[in-house]
Amino acid sequence: MDTFIPAEYEVVRNPDLCIACRVCERQCANEVHKYDSDLKKMIADSTKCVNCHRCVCLCPTHALKIVKSDDTYRLNSNWHVQTMNEVYRQANTGGVLLSSMGNPNDYPVYFNKILVNASQVTNPPIDPLREPMETVVYLGKKDVEMKRDINGKLVDTLPPQLKLSVPIMFSAMSYGSISYNAHEALARAAEELGIYYNTGEGGLHKDFYKYSKNTIVQVASGRFGVHADYLAAAAAIEIKMGQGAKPGIGGHLPGMKISDEVSKTRMIPKGIDAISPAPHHDIYSIEDLRQLIFTLKEATAYSKPVIVKVAAVHNVAAIASGIARSGADIIAIDGFRGGTGAAPTRIRDNVGIPIELALAQVDERLRQEGIRDSVSIVVAGSIHSSADVVKAIALGADACYIGTAALLALGCHLCRSCHTGKCNWGIATQRADLVKRLNPDIGYKRLVNLVTAWEHEIQEMMGGMGINSIEALKGNRLMLRGVGLNETELRLLGIHHAGESM
Amino acid sequence: MKRIYVNEDRCLGCRLCEWECAFANSGLDEMFKLKGKFGTEYSPRIRVEGEDKTEVHFAVNCRHCTGAICVKSCIAGALSKTDDGMVKIDRDKCVGCFTCVLVCPFGAIMPAPDGKAAQKCMLCTDNQAGEPNCVAHCPNGAIVYEER
Repeated sequence: MDTFIPAEYEVVRNPDLCIACRVCERQCANEVHKYDSDLKKMIADSTKCVNCHRCVCLCPTHALKIVKSDDTYRLNSNWHVQTMNEVYRQANTGGVLLSSMGNPNDYPVYFNKILVNASQVTNPPIDPLREPMETVVYLGKKDVEMKRDINGKLVDTLPPQLKLSVPIMFSAMSYGSISYNAHEALARAAEELGIYYNTGEGGLHKDFYKYSKNTIVQVASGRFGVHADYLAAAAAIEIKMGQGAKPGIGGHLPGMKISDEVSKTRMIPKGIDAISPAPHHDIYSIEDLRQLIFTLKEATAYSKPVIVKVAAVHNVAAIASGIARSGADIIAIDGFRGGTGAAPTRIRDNVGIPIELALAQVDERLRQEGIRDSVSIVVAGSIHSSADVVKAIALGADACYIGTAALLALGCHLCRSCHTGKCNWGIATQRADLVKRLNPDIGYKRLVNLVTAWEHEIQEMMGGMGINSIEALKGNRLMLRGVGLNETELRLLGIHHAGESM
Repeated sequence: MKRIYVNEDRCLGCRLCEWECAFANSGLDEMFKLKGKFGTEYSPRIRVEGEDKTEVHFAVNCRHCTGAICVKSCIAGALSKTDDGMVKIDRDKCVGCFTCVLVCPFGAIMPAPDGKAAQKCMLCTDNQAGEPNCVAHCPNGAIVYEER
């Protein structure tokens, strides 16, 4: 018999407030809540609860809360309750543990140990409400040779660029891992904001071709959904070499998430697990990568930038240098806290490096080699707020990808159960009754609100520094100071400690 | 005229609207005071069609029909059309014959819990909610109040 694993979180119901409307029961896909007709009251089975907060948010009388269970094994600083439960779970099942969303463990968040400068007295701050503040950025290769025609006029030799109204894009989340409605919300928000969303490796649903000028399409190791029209439709093409949540691992979409539409879009059989391999089987070197980049460029008549996305790993700087030389227009780097729809727990929690360090090192290396302008850098992997965007840009990024933050805007409460396919918020599920819960009309407005709010905050922070364009902030590490960081960390980030002057 | 419309693609069948309707029309100051009284002392004027765990749900309340048959059928003159087109019921005039309940093609009029008069949606013009409470509290924007 399986070892019983006690609930990690408990549903607490205030009996004075509960009116037994049964909304919680109807809204819980995990079947935690039940109306007991004998007792004539609602009861809850906390062992099934994933703590998604759907019931708490919808309870009309605010009668519910979810608390960390105080049930505990004998306290042990070496063997934590969760570690023990994981052993029990594996002994019960014999399986690899799966997890979703980003690494939740207590690793340092460097963004939180970096402070931003502001102008005082000698260099006036700028008020973004009264003066122009440029947040537009262009992503792509910029180190082109100046050429003049026979009349001495400049010839446009600039390779294709992506124009972003704000240095923020929605990161790759595939149709299949997330729902149709979630994709629609992302696509519509990207269009309204003048930014881009990313199909992930799930292909592009036929209904979303109308948003293609704001769509980045991904070519991943499984090549799901890749065909000529797909490439032709996109604003840019991203080759996914790795993902921050699971560097060195391919993808795994459980068969139950592969509905008719997902199957059609991905061009794979319905109901059968879709496994994308860990490597691209045609890429074993930078030269091979170059071949794929130019294959894609050739296929699209050199009309769109090609992005290469890699996970932040130990020698990411050297890898990025190789990518920059392989003909990529943009490098996307995904830090170890980046999200996922499903990853082996051990990989997610133990592999990769923080995005802040990876970014600083990549930017530094490309500058040293004199090739920084030949690529743009986009960073991902837990960009929590507009302040993180500002810090990332000052560390050398051109733009940021946001994934988790975007999902939070759509209702996600980070219960980290995406891999079960029973998302109560209608995001990471393909069950029609659950997908319905995410109304794209509401969702896209919330995404637009989020990015608009961040844009205002970015402008405020830049204004405070006396900077009036993203260009002037980019790589401006003198605007950053570290707090509580050691010498090595400061050296790697290329910033001074707080209190140190120029 | 602005009416309440329901988009069945968005309706989750959570039945929050029923409770919010009953609360708005109850005159109670706190929703939790509905405890044990829903369906007996207070009943909603909006009903979600579709059983739990079935695929399609949608909330139904008075359509405020142009040639409202309930108004025509009322023997006591309790049902009338206001100038802006809303079908209104005057509880004091209603004699409880429930002919309107029988003729309403949408099942949108029902006996009040006391059984002495009919009740129907009056777009929350007859309570403190101000605007339709079901619309304000639909978690998925499935119920809208708009001109069409």
